[in-house]
Amino acid sequence: MFLRTALLVLRKDAAIEAKSWEMLSTTMFFAVSCVLVFSFAFVKEGEPLEDAAAGILWIAVAFSGTLALGRTFERERYAETLRALLLAPAARPALYLGKLLGILFVLAIAEALLTPLIALLFHAALFARPLLLASLLVTGTTGFGAVGTLFAAMLVRARSRDVLLPILLYPITIPVIIAGVRGTAALLASPPDDATAIMWIGILVAFDVVFLTLALWTFEPLMTE
Amino acid sequence: MMKKALAPLTVIVAVLFVCAPYLIAQAPLESTMGLVQKIFYFHVPSWMAMYTAITVCAIASAMFLFTNNRSADAYAVAGAEVAVLFGLMGLVSGPLWGRKAWGVWWQWDVRLTTALLMELIFIACLLVRKYGGPGSEKLAAATGLFGGATAPFVYKSVDIWRTVHPKTSVVPELLKGSMPGSGLPFALSAIGFVLLSILLMQLRVRLAKEQAQLDDLYLAYEES
Repeated sequence: MFLRTALLVLRKDAAIEAKSWEMLSTTMFFAVSCVLVFSFAFVKEGEPLEDAAAGILWIAVAFSGTLALGRTFERERYAETLRALLLAPAARPALYLGKLLGILFVLAIAEALLTPLIALLFHAALFARPLLLASLLVTGTTGFGAVGTLFAAMLVRARSRDVLLPILLYPITIPVIIAGVRGTAALLASPPDDATAIMWIGILVAFDVVFLTLALWTFEPLMTE
Repeated sequence: MMKKALAPLTVIVAVLFVCAPYLIAQAPLESTMGLVQKIFYFHVPSWMAMYTAITVCAIASAMFLFTNNRSADAYAVAGAEVAVLFGLMGLVSGPLWGRKAWGVWWQWDVRLTTALLMELIFIACLLVRKYGGPGSEKLAAATGLFGGATAPFVYKSVDIWRTVHPKTSVVPELLKGSMPGSGLPFALSAIGFVLLSILLMQLRVRLAKEQAQLDDLYLAYEES
């Protein structure tokens, strides 16, 4: 029942998205423009700085993720559907999980576009260890999305929510981004440093467990008026 | 009861703060760092005070989220404000020491970075409360709770990674007598700082309660 509710919320969001393409197109466009801005900052005489690719990948994910997070609940607010969702006789944490899955889906597509693009533009060997890179991206994005979905949901009712979301989100999720960047940088070294990358994946899993537990635990009281 | 506890607490903190400079001056010089090492008596206790405030903030935030208790909210604000204050003291005294010990003001080392982040989380918590409009107490409480969850990571970071910052074992070793003559002054400054943080939080909670009373009186006056 819990999972079914979560999947229903996800299906609802996917159906809206399939009609409008609003979130996917804006998020992807923003991610690509982020990469372009960084390419001016971190390329010197045609050669990218060492490890710059790892940082650019994660910053692009974090920035476009913030954009997507802002949109997903803004839409519910405009259409006054958030109240309907909360009134539904369903477990609140299941609603959170459904929203989180939607965000992770959008970010996964953005990452699928960003990774080859950055590998190409910055001559980075991102695909030397595809499985490890994928685990880093999955665990890192989950941690970022878990906190982000919770705060975006809470901020729906707050004043100046566009400003407050990054203010709250970045300090809390920077450890996740640091772990992602260091892990990816370890994979970019030649030869790839698997042991270090696995250590960072372990840390990311620890963050995911803590953040997801806290978010599922506090979503119910936070969304009650 | 709380009001009665305030006066003796103030006296104890005042006595400790009068004695501390004398005891710190009496403590022996550290063999390699010399006089600079005395920042230790100020730097470590201010982080201990910050952890005390964070613990209060995180527990009070969780209580406020689940029970909607106004006084838990007052403790959460007090904890966050005092945490920011002592965090700033730690972040100022740390670089002063680092400049002499490491030759640079700041190192992007795990402990320093995560400590700065922890400070930012609690500043964010205060910003949300101030500018979030109605209902922002809950947002601030959630931020405080997440900030509390990162505190153990910050504390243990020096033992997990190889960092330039000393490990957590320094304090217990010192109290056991790794540097004879400096255990007592350190213990007294640590107790002084922690008690000061508790005193400040109590005062802040009292202020919040008086503000709430005043608001209620205004409302009652307008209705009559």
